[in-house]
Amino acid sequence: MARLDLHGIHKEFGEVTALAELSLEVESGELVSLLGPSGCGKTTALRIVAGFEQPTRGELLVDGSDVIPVPASKRNMGMVFQAYSLFPNMTARQNVEFGLRMRKVARDKCRARAAELLELVGLAARVDNYPHELSGGQQQRVALARALAIEPAILLLDEPLSALDAKVRVDLRQQIRHVQQRLGITTLYVTHDQEEALSISDRIAVMSDGNLEQVGAPAEIYRSPHTEFVANFVGLMNGFDGRVQAADMVTIGSSERPIGVHEGHGCTAGGRVLVLIRPESVQLEELVDGAAVPDGAFEGKVLMHTFLGSVTRMNLSSDVGDLVADVPSLRALTMPPDTRVGVRVDPAGVKLLAR
Amino acid sequence: MASVAAPAEKKARRAPREHRRPSFWTIFWLIMAALYFLIPLYSTLQFSLETGQHSYGFKWYGQTFADPMFRTSFLFSLRLAVETVIIGLVLMVPTVYWVHLRLPQLRPLMDVVSILPFVVPPVALVVGLSGVFNVLPWMLSNSQILAFIYVILALPFTYRSLDAGMRAINVKTLTEAAQSVGAPGWKTLLFVILPNIRTAMLSGAFLTLAIVMGEYTISSLLLFNTFAVYMYYIGNTEAQPAAALAIISFTLTWGAMMGLFLLSRRRGRGSSPGVTAVSR
Amino acid sequence: MTGGTVPEDRDTVSSVSLETVSPLEARAPALPDEPSGRSRRPRMSRRGVLTWAGVVPFLAYAAFFLLIPVVVLVFKTFTTANGGFTLENVRALASGQYRASFIASIQVSIISAIGGGLFGLFVAYAAVRGRGPRFIQPLLTTFCGVASNFAGIPLAFAFIATLGANGVVTVLLADVGLHIYSHGFTIFSLAGLSLTYIYFQLPLMILVIAPSLEGLRVEWREAAENLGATQSQYWWRIGLPVLLPSLAGAMVLLFGNAFSAYATPYALSGGGINLVPIQIGQVLSGDVVITNPRLGDSLAFGMICIVGVTVLAYALLQRRAARWLR
Repeated sequence: MARLDLHGIHKEFGEVTALAELSLEVESGELVSLLGPSGCGKTTALRIVAGFEQPTRGELLVDGSDVIPVPASKRNMGMVFQAYSLFPNMTARQNVEFGLRMRKVARDKCRARAAELLELVGLAARVDNYPHELSGGQQQRVALARALAIEPAILLLDEPLSALDAKVRVDLRQQIRHVQQRLGITTLYVTHDQEEALSISDRIAVMSDGNLEQVGAPAEIYRSPHTEFVANFVGLMNGFDGRVQAADMVTIGSSERPIGVHEGHGCTAGGRVLVLIRPESVQLEELVDGAAVPDGAFEGKVLMHTFLGSVTRMNLSSDVGDLVADVPSLRALTMPPDTRVGVRVDPAGVKLLAR
Repeated sequence: MASVAAPAEKKARRAPREHRRPSFWTIFWLIMAALYFLIPLYSTLQFSLETGQHSYGFKWYGQTFADPMFRTSFLFSLRLAVETVIIGLVLMVPTVYWVHLRLPQLRPLMDVVSILPFVVPPVALVVGLSGVFNVLPWMLSNSQILAFIYVILALPFTYRSLDAGMRAINVKTLTEAAQSVGAPGWKTLLFVILPNIRTAMLSGAFLTLAIVMGEYTISSLLLFNTFAVYMYYIGNTEAQPAAALAIISFTLTWGAMMGLFLLSRRRGRGSSPGVTAVSR
Repeated sequence: MTGGTVPEDRDTVSSVSLETVSPLEARAPALPDEPSGRSRRPRMSRRGVLTWAGVVPFLAYAAFFLLIPVVVLVFKTFTTANGGFTLENVRALASGQYRASFIASIQVSIISAIGGGLFGLFVAYAAVRGRGPRFIQPLLTTFCGVASNFAGIPLAFAFIATLGANGVVTVLLADVGLHIYSHGFTIFSLAGLSLTYIYFQLPLMILVIAPSLEGLRVEWREAAENLGATQSQYWWRIGLPVLLPSLAGAMVLLFGNAFSAYATPYALSGGGINLVPIQIGQVLSGDVVITNPRLGDSLAFGMICIVGVTVLAYALLQRRAARWLR
């Protein structure tokens, strides 16, 4: 399997800069997701890797050799498109065989390999069906098999699940990950769905407006976003203006509530910061009938519940502003709307970004 | 100030498509098409402007416009066109509405019937009509009959326009909404449906206009003096006025289609300017 | 350019009739003895007679002005003046000038269908896929809408002005030494006719094939490229096969379109050329002395059969195409 290196890939469309000096390293066998909103440049980056677009400048190395001068048909990369990419006049088997036929592989070997791959994606029973006879999820599985048939050095996926139903999406992304790990194939995966990226990637590269915001393992991206954009894009975040008072304390909101924070955040005392608090780090306790707010907590009022299954998302108002807390549903039952609550923030769940 | 952040959902912003230079063949074929379309037009224009060995002028146009037969036949065709449009709309709008609303199972039948005028070319239709009218000769003496026949000729285009227009506005929901506030059927049709299919109706009307103004086959064989018949008559005698007439006719058709194009651009939906009408 | 199909809506209309009872007229639940006016119509079941009545005007109109003439025509084709069944009228078509007219019509139709079809295919492709300026496609659509209406008398005049004996292009070619008329070309020869017909075949082809070309998804070409195919391999294995039903359907449509033409060849030839529509016209207008007055009917019948088959073929091919080009 190959490693993929992007060095300073820059792409301009006339006046617009789609990619600004993008540099990224994908280790052999790794699945890296390019995650970001529409228009951030992730698809452009993928298409440059595949050879469908030429970068304005920059280097693209596969196992150390520059592939930019190599035409798309010779790059030995398998690509799975978002939708509609199966050849409609060919059966699933013929689609999968296509790449091998182009490489003049013998007929019987083509058939064997196609059968093997369709088996791998669970479609052995559908080899002779045409694309229009297959569901969306099945079509994408055939597309995956087709991309893998040529034993590519690199697998590229361009939002393969966007066009599918939610349930199918969850099942299929696990299948893709499973196949990818089993074959150990270096993979670049483009998506705008952060849940998708978080669940299947070895590493995530978060992009915005042509820039790479942060690269890291899913847990790291989630726990320690480096920029406001990443904090907002990945997962739900409570965000407050605040000021650093001491190494282990910040004040937030207009009422300047003190909140504990773990040291090592690296922000200067007295400095203005963006204080990010994950909803699961907000702890609530019911204040019965005029009870005083306990030490270390501040008062809030429950506005609304959103039942999400095992967890209930609660919207609260308080004097620092509105916030969101994710609370186990059984506990949430004891705190219906209009309940007064004591709000505590777990310092482990507080992240600071210097303003 | 607190902000509760949700996973970003920016409005879809398409990356700008790279505009590569068009290939040689693209330019070649487009130019070929342009030449093929324009050369005959140019030739006709030149013919129509030749007043002498090397002199040019609008003499033939003047002569044509002054010809009383021009005015008669033109107005005759125009009148027929308007009548055709009206009869067609009066016949088709309620019908298409009704089918959409209450009899969607008849849609296939309607599709077939609207294709039939293609299957029975005007020449053949005239044969059949003559057979029928031999039994009812009084029908053929009145030129009004042409309008009724033309409705059939224009049927595929008016039906398709109206059908597309009604599909686009979800007739059923609108009607039920109107019903729920107590509007009787005819009022619903008049005040709710019609305003929303204006583009489709106009589209059908323009196409009908183009068809009728250029129709020759049926009118000549039934011995009526429409605009096209007049054109042929002139063409038999003198070439230049005929060319002038052709240019006038082209301009008219062009005007009608431009109107249609601008209309569809403005409304932006429903009508399909690609529907073609041919009076061959 | 629209071309998509809309799925059939499911009919969920309840049995409430279209006319509602206005509040002012609402009475006690008992039905009135005599329904008066539209607002008192008793509730009809969905398949009630009155629902069907809504399409009767249209169907009656179509029947009178379209179906009945055709039925009469067919009837007269297969009967003698005395009313007995006969195949003579049809048999007469197989010989002499009538046979020649069918052959000639078919020839012109095939040539203009293929010529106009290929020309139209390349132009449409250039417009749809050619990466030209943005305005090309809407401009072409409009122009095709206009150009396909130039058929008939004005078109004939235009081609006479272009390629007639004194036509602009004829003269131009003569100036450079190419005397087409001395080589046997006339404006109503097979070549001249086909060339003229293409003027309205071309726009029709462009309009019909453009949606199918748009339906050729760019993902297919890119996927093929990604898997190692060259441009020509893509076209040979994917592009053309997928396009074939639409292409065939369009050309079949063009064939029928050309076969039906009357005004254009009539004006080009002064009514003298031997094509089926012209023959029919001659029989109708009594220009020709004929022994069998039913010949017009059988000629028309033959024409309807041929054009009918082309429309059917077109519909079937379109259905096939839609499967792959959705």
